[in-house]
Amino acid sequence: MNSQWIAVIVTSVLCYAIKYIGHAIPEIWLAHPRVQRITNLIPIVLLSALVAMQAFTTKTKFVVDHRLAGITVAIAALTARLPFPVVVVGAMATSAIVYRLKI
Amino acid sequence: MSVKRDSLSVGLAVGAAGVAFGAVAVADHFSVLQACFLSLVLFSGASQFSLVAVISAGGSPLSAIVTGTFLGGRNGLYGVRMAQILKLKGAKRALAAQITIDESTGVAIAQTELEDQKTAFWYTGFGVFFFWNLFTLLGALGAKAIGDTSAWGLDVASPAIFCAVLFPRLKERKFFISALLAFVWALSITELVPAGVPIISTVFIAAIVGWN
Repeated sequence: MNSQWIAVIVTSVLCYAIKYIGHAIPEIWLAHPRVQRITNLIPIVLLSALVAMQAFTTKTKFVVDHRLAGITVAIAALTARLPFPVVVVGAMATSAIVYRLKI
Repeated sequence: MSVKRDSLSVGLAVGAAGVAFGAVAVADHFSVLQACFLSLVLFSGASQFSLVAVISAGGSPLSAIVTGTFLGGRNGLYGVRMAQILKLKGAKRALAAQITIDESTGVAIAQTELEDQKTAFWYTGFGVFFFWNLFTLLGALGAKAIGDTSAWGLDVASPAIFCAVLFPRLKERKFFISALLAFVWALSITELVPAGVPIISTVFIAAIVGWN
């Protein structure tokens, strides 16, 4: 089995375990305000770092390319409160156009 | 009845984004089977996208597993909340756990009556599950037919989706500061450390900002 399959299966099992444990544990365990504050922030920092990596790196090197145009359009669309599909499709179309024009 | 209809509409709208996951996974050299496996068994969008993103950026399986699992962590918190509403045991609890995600919990707790909360949870959860899996398969098969995925904007689909997920939560000051620090931190160290580390190391930022 290759390492990609291992990552797929192990993450799937762990993520299910987390969901199940949530249903099974007494709520008091997570009631501490500090634990709640930190667990609320974890998805925020991970997602933000993921955006940075996916939009501005290629094989760990810092790169600014057509993807910047796509992300700029996504943020503009979000600021304008446009619906989710418009945000994503708008970003994809912009990035694709800039890529094809080799700007 | 409108609770069921609303729940299924959310299921369809969110599930349709599965097309992007299927396409991105295949564009990042995952097989159609792996893409479908993730949607069926992992079934948590952010974790699925992050797993694929970390591996395709050259990260180790361990860093992909840790990042994906941390992002799945909030489903555990949703589970705690939903357990109080659903009060299930055995097989039903095991089934409810799998569909405990952002949308099922969000639509459920938006209801005022207890019965509506239960209905909303099951209908939204299964609605998203059905459409997410259907569209993952379509996206994965579609992407196999596409050659250069950058020419179709697929390389920004996943970061654009993450932006959309993050955006509404950035109004809160601490969230905004954390997101900004994580963004700058990750880009600052990307050329110095192995792939995957810039992402997972931001957990320290969450711990520092959330401490007090």
